[in-house]
Parts: sequence; structure tokens; C-alpha cells
Amino acid sequence: MMPFPALQSLRRHRRQDPTDSIRSSRWRRVLLAAASLLLYPALAGAQTPTVPASAAPFDDGQWTMPAKNYAATRYSALDEINGANVSNLQVAFAFSTGVDHGQEAAPIVANNTMFIVTPYPNIVFALDLTKPGAPIKWSYQPHPAAAAQGVACCDVVNRGASYSDGKIFFNTLDDNTIALDAETGKVLWKTNLGDINTGETITMAPLVVKGKVLVGDSGGELGVRGWLTALDIATGKILWRAFATGPDKDVLIGPGFRSFYPSDNGADLGVTTWPTDAWQTGGGTMWGWIAYDPDLNLIYYGTGNPGPWNQEQRPGDNKWTTTLFARDPDTGAAKWALQYNPHDEHDYDGINEQILVDMNVDGKPRKVLLHPDRNGHLYVVDRESGEIVSANPYGYVNSVLRVDLNTGRPVMNPDKLTRVGVVVHDICPTASGLKDWNPSAFSPLTGLMYIPHENLCMDWKSRSVSYIAGTPFVGAEVVSKPGPGGNRGEFTAWDPVAGKAVWTIKEDLPLWSGAMATAGGLVFYGTMDGWFKAVDAKTGDLKWQFQTGSGIIGQPVAYRGPDGHEYIAILSGVGGWAGAIVSGDLDPRDPTGALGMIGVMADLKTKTAPGGTLYVFTLPRS
Amino acid sequence: MSSPCRDPERSVAETHLLPIAVVTFLALSANDAMAQQGAAPDADSGPDSVSVTGLFPNGGAPPAQDPVGARFEESKLAIADGKQLFNQMNCTGCHFNGGGGMGPALMSGHWRYGGQMDQIYASIAQGRPNGMPSWQFVLQPQQIWELAAYVKSLSMTAPISASETAAPGASVKP
Repeated sequence: MMPFPALQSLRRHRRQDPTDSIRSSRWRRVLLAAASLLLYPALAGAQTPTVPASAAPFDDGQWTMPAKNYAATRYSALDEINGANVSNLQVAFAFSTGVDHGQEAAPIVANNTMFIVTPYPNIVFALDLTKPGAPIKWSYQPHPAAAAQGVACCDVVNRGASYSDGKIFFNTLDDNTIALDAETGKVLWKTNLGDINTGETITMAPLVVKGKVLVGDSGGELGVRGWLTALDIATGKILWRAFATGPDKDVLIGPGFRSFYPSDNGADLGVTTWPTDAWQTGGGTMWGWIAYDPDLNLIYYGTGNPGPWNQEQRPGDNKWTTTLFARDPDTGAAKWALQYNPHDEHDYDGINEQILVDMNVDGKPRKVLLHPDRNGHLYVVDRESGEIVSANPYGYVNSVLRVDLNTGRPVMNPDKLTRVGVVVHDICPTASGLKDWNPSAFSPLTGLMYIPHENLCMDWKSRSVSYIAGTPFVGAEVVSKPGPGGNRGEFTAWDPVAGKAVWTIKEDLPLWSGAMATAGGLVFYGTMDGWFKAVDAKTGDLKWQFQTGSGIIGQPVAYRGPDGHEYIAILSGVGGWAGAIVSGDLDPRDPTGALGMIGVMADLKTKTAPGGTLYVFTLPRS
Repeated sequence: MSSPCRDPERSVAETHLLPIAVVTFLALSANDAMAQQGAAPDADSGPDSVSVTGLFPNGGAPPAQDPVGARFEESKLAIADGKQLFNQMNCTGCHFNGGGGMGPALMSGHWRYGGQMDQIYASIAQGRPNGMPSWQFVLQPQQIWELAAYVKSLSMTAPISASETAAPGASVKP
């Protein structure tokens, strides 16, 4: 076991040395599983949230979509690797992606094959898990336009592929969705969805729902008009497209649309809440996560920030940016909407994940989704009505005083609003939010949500900006800085019923990796200086860590190998917005660089170096 | 070999693509004295003959630098006008104040495509394959020289090692 990093500490410090080196055996695993079954519900009582079975069916040991299932739990029911044996975890195999930019993708596992997508140039590798060392089964190079790199706001990342129906679906930075035969790598179809000369790129991982591939665009910093599109998985034909701004017919708002809060109801709000025509360059892109409730037949996703960042150029609510949508996946028709941050002034996109759980609220069972917003509040939202059940801060926030549950709107701190020519100091959280894209996990065993996030603040000065298609449309100078305490990252275990943190691990660097929980009572995440960690799901105690050689901003997954054993996989390779100083070789002397991120990441080059590598871990065989 | 960026009339005609406010600003920012001297690159040694390689086979040598660049380099007026253009054309959105972001750092002293004035001019005018847009149909030659002068000035501070500036900033008090 590796030593503890100097800067890591636990608020609830019950560190326990995993000296128990007894080899895992079948009876022992059974015993542990039985014990946990007895123990966890007893601890949590009837209050433990459950995951809707239709959205998270029986775990077959594969990992076919980045979020694991439609409920987006990122929870594996595999329990061979657990707190008692994780200290023995060792590398099963590694694989170089050959690409030195930020590796944000989740490895996808289906039919004993692992599929990874690299950042630009978006190479897809299929690795044969049935053979020693998992050699390349096939690879595919889409050759995206090199110029696309110049309109990607925050490194040239890709958040991964999805597997369905014998096909691999993924997106390229230059706005194409491609379907490959998962067995051979042969291109089945390729559909162009956008134009890089408008500043549009695609970085998100597609989701397959009911025979449709759902894809959204990136480019909220370039005045791109956001959308979500559905493609036919068999042909690649565009079935519908729902814009985030513009008239109701473009947003796919029709007679069946009814939001919970009054300010989210009205005709053509995507036009009337903007100055004339500003909605056409208003952002609201969709580069994050989609969840799906098969029982309600609704997909859930949030839209990105309004453009430009300078709020004075766009008076109004700027709908439907930073908005949670519930839509019918068959038609794209919106059922309801909830705008998290009307007239956003701080770049608080709404694209973070939604985790679907059912839980009791005031003694009544509710179907809800859990959404840790960039604005620092953990929204519990009714999946049927769009009502906010609760919204509590999950870290330090001073820009939003509270979320008004009567109006659904945040109550902003007037001292932290932004304006042209004035430097507003110490706005918390910073532009990338209390948490950015990197997804949380939820364990039905503990009933806890595991949130990898940031603790950053910023100084902000707006300035006027002209729209020139294909160039940044921002109009703000930002310098980020560490939040209170100086630790730039936090890993928080959150009780969604109580609406509060159970424990928090402080990390020196911002957390830009996703989290994964397992039935082994463990939670995995990585740090931007390259440590891949397993912590106890109940206590947060560090159980194991491994230095991967470059910062981790990827998504951990677990799967059952062809040999019947559990494996844990993670892509290492620093980059992304927070890591662009390393992957883009930026100059640490300009704190405004990378949209202000250099200000708080100036030391990253002294702590890690670029390089993309897949690591897969397992227990030693007896 | 001729190039659209040589033709001042065409360059001016194309500026209608820009918002009116920007065009007005550009007109005000033009330096009449320099314009009269002629800012178009020299035909024999201008940006079109700029090399971005350091390899010249069989004893070849790099082409002579465009002499026009020297009139703008280290000119305080050109640098100031270039800085304003750098903001107006949204160059800051990618390169910020020289540290870089979507685009590379410009203050580091490392140049992918050469750090001579005419090489910087060529990169701005022609664009570069990994994401640098081509501005030759939007800006006049003089404006591109002014931008080049500002970009060049960003790199004039002595390079220091990353570790010397490795402070993540003071943390915020709650």
C-alpha cells in the first residue's frame, strides 16, 4: 500500500490500516455480502433511497454506458474487491492511448471487449479481454478536422462511447456521430450534426434510449446555440432536435408542457427572455449527462451557460440556458423544465449529472433525481413534476444565498453579481462551479451519493464583446483562486434524505475525475496529480491508492472479466479545463489564461505531466 | 505569387463582415502615417515566402525577413493598437493575456510557427492547421502587423521556469 498523500485529511478521521491480508475466498465474500445486507439497511432504516429497477436492472457485470445505467448510479454490484482485500489490488494490464490530452472517457465493456475513445483525434480502441494483456482487437481513426481543436473551449476532451445492439456509438470533436460494428470496427454510419465554423464541437458521450442515440453540442463560450438531437441507431438519421433557445417550436415545447414553477411557463420564453435575436448566439449547449426513467418514459438533462458571459449584453432570464429538461425520448417533446440559474452571471452550466432514486420525503415516497449543480446546491427534484424537493449547498458557496423553493429560483447575493468594468472579488464557487462535469456515484448499499468536486472561488470583471462567428464570445476576465481552507478539491459523501454531508475528504487539487461505488463497500476516484484511490464507502477512509503517472480526470468503471473475476478500470491522462495548463502547455504567469483557471492551477506543471494510459486492476489470483 | 492579403482594397471591402461598432473602432485605430508608408508585406520577402521550418535542404537558407515588420516591431503605437485589436477580434478568448487557453501561450517564448514578425503575420493572416483561424479576409495588412507587434511584445518578458510562479493564489476567507 502506498503512503497517504501529505495534504489529504479526513474530517471524520477513522483511519484504519488495511492490514488484513487474508486472501479473498468465496465463502468470505458471501459472508461479507450477507453481513452488508444485514448491516446497511439496519443503519439507514426505511429511509435509504432505492434505485428504480427499470433504470438500473440486474448487474450483468458489463459496463455498457458511461453512467453504468439509465439511473446514472455508477454503482457496480460486483463485490469481489472489497475493503478487506483492496490493498492487494494490482495492475492486470495497461494500455497507452498515444494521445496527450485530457482523458475524460469511461472505458466501456461489452461482450468481453473494452472500448475506449481518446481525446481529439478521437481514436477508438477495442481491446480483447479474453486474451492475455488485452491486445488490440481493432482500432478506428475518424480523422476529425484538425481545425476543430481551435474552437474547443477547454482542452479537446471526449467523455466516451456507448454500447448498444452490437454497436459502438461515439462523437467526434468536429461534430460527427459515428456508429461502429462492435465486433469488427466497421463504420455503420456517420452523421454530421454541426459546423465548427460556428464554434460548435461535440465532447459528450452519447446515450442510447429506445433505439435512438442522444447527442448534444458544446460551444457555450463561442455563442453556439445549444441542442439535443436523437438519431436512429440503425441508420443515423436525425429523428428530432430540441434547441435550448428560440421559439417553442424549436425547443419542442408544445401543449403537453407544464413546468412546476410559474417563471418556467409561458409562450416562446426562449425568445422573449432575451434581447432581440440574442437567443441565436445564446448558448445553452448540452455537453454533459442524460438520465432516463423507463417507467415515466422521460429523459432528463441540463443545458449549459448563456452566452456571452458578460450578463449586461443579455438582460432577461435567458431561457432555456442552465435548465433541466424532462422530455419524451420518442418525440423530443418537453414535458417540463426547471431553470436552475435564470440570467446566469457566473457561468454556472446545468449540465451536471442527474442520478435517479426513489426515496421518502416527509414520509411520502417520491421519484426524484439528484443533481449537484455548478451553483453549489444539491438539487433533489421530483421526476414527475419538476418540483424542487430540496436544494442544499454541498460545499462553500457565497454567490447564491439559498434556493427559494416557492419560486424555484436561486436568491443571489447582490455583492457577488458581475458587471462591466468592475472587478468583483471572491465569488464562490468559481466559473467551473462547485462541481464541473465529472460525475458522482450513488450506492444503494449506503444510500449515499459520492460527489467529486472543487473548492474554488474567483475574481470576475465583465467587458463588452462582439460576436464574431467561430471565435470566443465571452466578455469576462476571470481569475480563479482556492476556496476557504486552501484545499482546491473535495470528495463529499452526501446523504440525500438528510440533505447534508456525511464525510468529506479534502484534496489539494480540484477533483476533475468521476466517482464509482461498488458492492464491495468501496468508492473509487482519481486526483489531478495521478493518484487512483479507493476509499471506504461508509467512512471515507483511504483503503488503497496507486500512482498512474499522469493526472486523472476520467471515469472509473468495474466489470467482470471473462475469467469471472472483478476488474477496475480507469483512464489516466491530465487535461480538461482544469488541466489545460499541462495538456496545452499554457504559461503559468497569466492568471487569466484558460478562462481564469491558470490563476488557481499555476503549480500543476510541477505536479504532473501529460500522457494517456488505461489502467486495469484486479486482485492477485491464488 | 499573389495573395488576397496583399490587396488592401479587398481587405477593406471584407470588413463589412464585422459588426459596425468594430468597424468604427478599427477606422479610428488606424495609424495614418503608417498606412501612407504602405503596410502591405514586401513581395520579395513578405509573409508568403515565410518559412515555418528550420530545415533548408542542400545548403538552402531561410528567406530574408520582411522589412515592413521592423516598422511595427517595438513600436509603442503599433503595440497599443494591436492590443485593442486583440481584444476586439476576440483573440483574448483563446490566448488571454498571453498565457493561452483554447489557443497556445504567446508569452512563453516558444513559437510553433516562428516568432519573427513576418512569421507571426503569416500565422495570423493564413491561420494554422490546429485551430488558428485565418484573418486575411477580415483584417487589413496594417492591422495584422499591429496584432503581430502586440503578440511579439507579449513574449519579450524574460522566460522563467514554471516552478517560480507555482503559486495557486491565496485562498478565500469564508
